Amino acid sequence: MVKFSVEALDIWFGKTQALKHVTMSVREKEILSVIGPSNSGKTSFLRMLNRFNEENPEFRMSGVVSMDGRDVRKIDRETLRRKIGMVFALPLPLPLSIFDNVAYGPRMHGERDNRRVAQIVERSLKQAFIWDEVKDRLHESAFKLSGGQQQRLCIGRTLAVGPEVILFDEPCSGLDPISTAKVEETMMILKKDYTIILVTNNVKQAARVGDRTAFFLSGELVELDATDKMFTAPSDKRTDDYIRGKFG
Amino acid sequence: MSKHPLRTQKIAFFLLLVATLLIVVPVGLIVVVIIQKGWPAVNWQFLSEMPRQGMRAGGIFPAIVGTLYLVTGAILFALPIGLLAAVYLSEYAKDNILTRSIKLAIVNLAGVPSVVYGLFGLALFVVFFKFGASILSGSLTLGIMILPLIITASREALEAVPYSFREVSLSLGASKWQTIRHIVLPNAIPGIITGTILGLGRAAGETAPILFTVAAFYLPRLPQSVFDQAMALPYHLYVISTQVPNVDEKVRYGTALVLLSMVLFMNLVAIIIRYRFRKKKKW
Repeated sequence: MVKFSVEALDIWFGKTQALKHVTMSVREKEILSVIGPSNSGKTSFLRMLNRFNEENPEFRMSGVVSMDGRDVRKIDRETLRRKIGMVFALPLPLPLSIFDNVAYGPRMHGERDNRRVAQIVERSLKQAFIWDEVKDRLHESAFKLSGGQQQRLCIGRTLAVGPEVILFDEPCSGLDPISTAKVEETMMILKKDYTIILVTNNVKQAARVGDRTAFFLSGELVELDATDKMFTAPSDKRTDDYIRGKFG
Repeated sequence: MSKHPLRTQKIAFFLLLVATLLIVVPVGLIVVVIIQKGWPAVNWQFLSEMPRQGMRAGGIFPAIVGTLYLVTGAILFALPIGLLAAVYLSEYAKDNILTRSIKLAIVNLAGVPSVVYGLFGLALFVVFFKFGASILSGSLTLGIMILPLIITASREALEAVPYSFREVSLSLGASKWQTIRHIVLPNAIPGIITGTILGLGRAAGETAPILFTVAAFYLPRLPQSVFDQAMALPYHLYVISTQVPNVDEKVRYGTALVLLSMVLFMNLVAIIIRYRFRKKKKW
C-alpha cells in the first residue's frame, strides 16, 4: 500500500531550489530512512509531507504530494498534522509539565474529559517506553528530564495525537549512544502500527532501522531502494561514495 | 598596541568608573533632596485632605485620585489595543513594506514629545469628539502616548518565545490561534506586564498630555464622572511651583515625593515581576 506519493516535485525557498524533480512513494508501515549530506533537501522533503514548508513565506512549489491518494494541500493543515506527527532534531519539550506536554495535542483537539486525557497520556508514554521513568513525576517540568528522556517524551507526545505517520527529523542528533539505541528500539516497535520516515545524518542508523533508504544529494533523489540492497550493491556511484564516507 | 597595557587598562577603568558615578550622583541627589525637603510635609492629612487656602495648605488628595483615574483609564484603553496590535504584528503580519513601515512608525511614535500628544488630544478628543476637558480625554491622550511603549514591549516579549515552541505546537495539529493562545501568550505575559507597568509610570508622571485635555488648576472635590475635569499630581506640582505665590517649599517637595514614590513603586513592581520570571524561565 502506498501511503505517500510524490510526483515531479520541485520546491524553492526564495531563489534557492531545495528539491529538484523528485518522484517517489512511501509505503504504509515501513520505515523509510532518508540520508544525504546537509543541505541535500532531506528535511525539506520531510516538511513537504505535513505542509510545514508552507509556514515559510519564501516557499514555492510545483508538483504534487499526496497522502492516501489525496493531495495534501487539499487537506487542512490541522487535520493533516493530526495524521502526521513530527519529532524534531533536538528534544523540544514545551514549557509545561510532563503530563501537560503529552496532553497538549488531545486537549487542542477538543478532549475535555480529564479521565480520558489521563488514559491517553499513560498509553502514549508507555508506547514511547518512558512511562516507568516518569510515572511518579508527571507534574514536574519536562525540562527536568535528561535529553534522551525528553526525546522519548516528545515521541510520546506525538503518539498522543493518534497519528498514522511519524516523521523523525534527525531525532538522535543531540543524543548519546545509549539514548540513541533506546530511540531506535522504540522506532522498530512503532513500525508495526505506524508509517515512519526517518531523516538522519547517520548512515549507520539508516542501515540499522530502515526497511528502505532514500539518498538525496543537492535536492535530487539519487536512489531509493531496499536498505540491504542499497548498502551492499548501490546502483549509483554517488550513493556508494556517500555510504562509504567519501564525502558529506 | 600600547607599550603599557596595564597602565592604559587602569586609565580606562578609571574613566569608565567616573562616567558611571556621574550618572548615579545626580539621580541619587534628586531622590535625597526630594525626600529631605518633602518628608516633613507628608502625613495622613496631606494624603487624604482637599487643598485649602489656594493650595497653600491642606492636602493633595484630589490630585492623587485624579492621577490614579487617569492612569487606570489610559491602561484600560492602551493595553487591549496595544496587545492585540502586537500579536498581529509579531505573529500574523507578513513581512512586507507596509508592515515594516508600521513597525518603524510605532518605534518613532515613542519618541514624539509629549506636548505634541497633548495638542493632538486637545484637537481630537476635547474639540472634535466634544468630550471636553475631561478624565476621558486625558486618559485617551495618555493611552495613545503609551501605546507605542506597550506595543514595543509586547512585541519583544512575544518574539522572545522560541520559534521551536510554535513549531512543536503546530506539528501536533494545533491551529495558529491555539498556538498563540496556549503557548506564545502565556510565555510572553511577564514581559507584557513589565512593559505595561513602565507605561503606567510614564503616564503617571507626564504633565504636557494632560495640560490641555483634563487637568484642573484647582478643583477641591473629587470628579463624579469620566466627563469631569480632575486634578493630577504632575500638573498640581507645576501649578504650586510656578503659578501660585507663597506656597511653602515643603508642600511642593511633599507633592514631588508622592509623585516620585508612585512612579518608583510601579517600576519596582515591574522589576520584581521580571526578576521572578527570569528565575522561572526554563529554556
